[in-house]
Amino acid sequence: MGIQTPNGFKLDNSGKRVVVDPLTRIEGHLRVEVNVDSDNVIRNAVSTGTMWRGIETILKGRDPRDAWAFTERICGVCTGTHALTSVRAVENALSITIPDNANSIRNIMQLCLQVHDHLVHFYHLHALDWVDIVSALKADPKATSVLAQSISSWPLSSPGYFKDLQIRLTKFVESGQLGPFKNGYWGHAAYKLPPEANLMAVAHYLEALDFQKEIVKVHTIYGGKNPHPNWLVGGVPCAINIDGTGAVGAINMERLNLVSSIIDRCIEFTEKVYLPDVVAIGSFYKDWLYGGGLSGKSVMSYGDIPETANDYSAKSLKLPRGVILNGNLNEVLPIDHGDPEQIQEFVTHSWYKYPDESKGLHPWDGVTEPNYVLGPNAKGTKTDIKELDEGGKYSWIKAPRWRGNAVEVGPLARYIIGYAQNKPEFKEPTEKLLKTLGLPVSALFSTLGRTAARALECEWAAHQMRYFQDKLVARIKAGDSSTANVEKWKPESWPKEAKGYGFTEAPRGALAHWIKIKETKIDNYQCVVPTTWNGSPRDPKGNIGAFEASLMDTPMANPEQPLEILRTIHSFDPCLACSTHVMSPDGQEMATVKVR
Amino acid sequence: MPTSSLDNRILVLGIGNILWADEGFGVRAVEEFHRRYVVPPNVTILDGGTQGLYLVNYLEEADCLIVFDAIDYGLEPGRLKLVRDDEVPRFTGAKKMSLHQTGFQEVISAADLLGRCPEHLALIGCQPLDLEDWGGPLTQPVRDQIAPAIALACEVLAGWGVAVTLRNEPLPASERLLANDIDHLSYEMRPA
Repeated sequence: MGIQTPNGFKLDNSGKRVVVDPLTRIEGHLRVEVNVDSDNVIRNAVSTGTMWRGIETILKGRDPRDAWAFTERICGVCTGTHALTSVRAVENALSITIPDNANSIRNIMQLCLQVHDHLVHFYHLHALDWVDIVSALKADPKATSVLAQSISSWPLSSPGYFKDLQIRLTKFVESGQLGPFKNGYWGHAAYKLPPEANLMAVAHYLEALDFQKEIVKVHTIYGGKNPHPNWLVGGVPCAINIDGTGAVGAINMERLNLVSSIIDRCIEFTEKVYLPDVVAIGSFYKDWLYGGGLSGKSVMSYGDIPETANDYSAKSLKLPRGVILNGNLNEVLPIDHGDPEQIQEFVTHSWYKYPDESKGLHPWDGVTEPNYVLGPNAKGTKTDIKELDEGGKYSWIKAPRWRGNAVEVGPLARYIIGYAQNKPEFKEPTEKLLKTLGLPVSALFSTLGRTAARALECEWAAHQMRYFQDKLVARIKAGDSSTANVEKWKPESWPKEAKGYGFTEAPRGALAHWIKIKETKIDNYQCVVPTTWNGSPRDPKGNIGAFEASLMDTPMANPEQPLEILRTIHSFDPCLACSTHVMSPDGQEMATVKVR
Repeated sequence: MPTSSLDNRILVLGIGNILWADEGFGVRAVEEFHRRYVVPPNVTILDGGTQGLYLVNYLEEADCLIVFDAIDYGLEPGRLKLVRDDEVPRFTGAKKMSLHQTGFQEVISAADLLGRCPEHLALIGCQPLDLEDWGGPLTQPVRDQIAPAIALACEVLAGWGVAVTLRNEPLPASERLLANDIDHLSYEMRPA
């Protein structure tokens, strides 16, 4: 039994079905269903999610110069990256260039988001997939101190420090049902760290929580405010007044120095805490190299962080740009966002309607017409789905493809492409890390590889912040205080019709917005986001997307406690339309599991 | 109960996603509160949007916290509920699928873990009618609760010894909490 997908996976849905569903009030959200064989190995994976259904309905008719403020609200974690993508799309459509200082400031803000997001993702979402909080209570603080000092010169590592932390942690756990940590699979067989490594990781979990709030001050300074920093078509909204006597809120030397000191701390924390932790955790999970999915086959990165303002070519972009197909690392293919044959979205298995669903649509011509129907083999009802039918429509996420190929996007994709392009800044740290762990290059194509690439990229991004900060300060000192180009600010200067696109590398992968402007107002606006690429359902040819591919062939210790599924899905740092703040009284379990 | 009003740092926070109909209740309530009232300098008014852990530092810097938010207490849509102090839910979830599911419960729990959670919490919640209307406006029953929610916030503040005063002059557009066409009025005015 089973079917072979064109992209090389053998699917068999005859075994026991396991449904992992966050069960939020919003339909779908992110839900995973898998079939396991008699040995509890995953033989079929189905991922479904809620993504926003047509930002165009909200943006149509609005002023293109305000689009960033709307897209910034799509998500609470990706705020700035959507705003940046939006202003780039408008600038591309209207041929607006930005000054060099604006390019540096935007790069610093984007890199700052990468550092912040990677750090917070690792410690606050992903670490608990590897670290058993309860086990940390059994650690010997002295041995923990020895371990910590053996991997890093980070000063917070004395036996007393870990002892105090353990006492605090014990209090929390005893405050009732594990207190704040009640929702975990503690004691699960797939946890491999010794108690001391767990205690060290918990210490860093708390330190990261404390440190992350420093990082966002960069956004407050360059974005004028935080949360929800300001952006501007044509540059950045902050003025530079180096003597600090001019406009209130302008960038002066004191603020530049504050940014500089935060950057130093980002570099230090990443190099002395985050990376050593990933190496330490990796050393205990070296034999758990599941979760590679599409990464060893097809990956894509749009590229980002232009060295030269207004030059978005592969040469100028410091993050790699291109596509690798079918594992051929010898060829990195070029991307054109404006070519209707390259990026297309399919809806054969998505809850939307196209005139001809065998074909994909380029985002400029994208339509978003809902069509919520379940396949004939689905179980349950439309309002209470027990089991999806992946043969029919089964997700609110569309299926974007590059020239018909499903691709993985994100830090691992970027590192694989940088590696294939022989860029030393990506290749050397990767090889060094592999060597430390005694692993071959092929080990990169795994859940752990995704986790490691994110940590390496965090270090890279922190150093790049330093680079662009120094570049900015040097230009300012040379007398250039320009931050915005307002030549084409007035709509009267725009053509009657225009279209454009903007792209970035969001922390979790390739992000692009496409815009059509008509009579100075938005006529169509489409976002294709990283989680749409990674979390996409199947396409007309039957190719599976990155989430589904990554779960294939993973053995589960206990299907009732799908820690392995969460671990791999988390490694993508998935982003869903954020509507996460609805409070309920009983601390709802975010994921329930049903085995049928 | 705090006694001296000016010594307490107070945060009035609205959270939610304005793009998801009634999910926007908290942000719209704090936006309107700010439009109507002048507050003493020890009170900070903040549009928290959908920010999760990113809000933890604002909590750390507050002794007393009011949060406007959409809540799911299984009430009739449009019902207002005041939840205080230890009754405000807090937990850290390890089983969620995405960091983007970080609820405010986790923000409170994180502040707790750092040992710097506000001493006094007041959650002013409204049960939503519709959370799925992407790009839609607040529904009528929820919109009707903005004024009562603000009145409730004023009562809570008064209990903390803080008096707010109605603005004499309307707040100019440039000083509003939300700008660039996403303020409540502009947002819900569908362009032709």
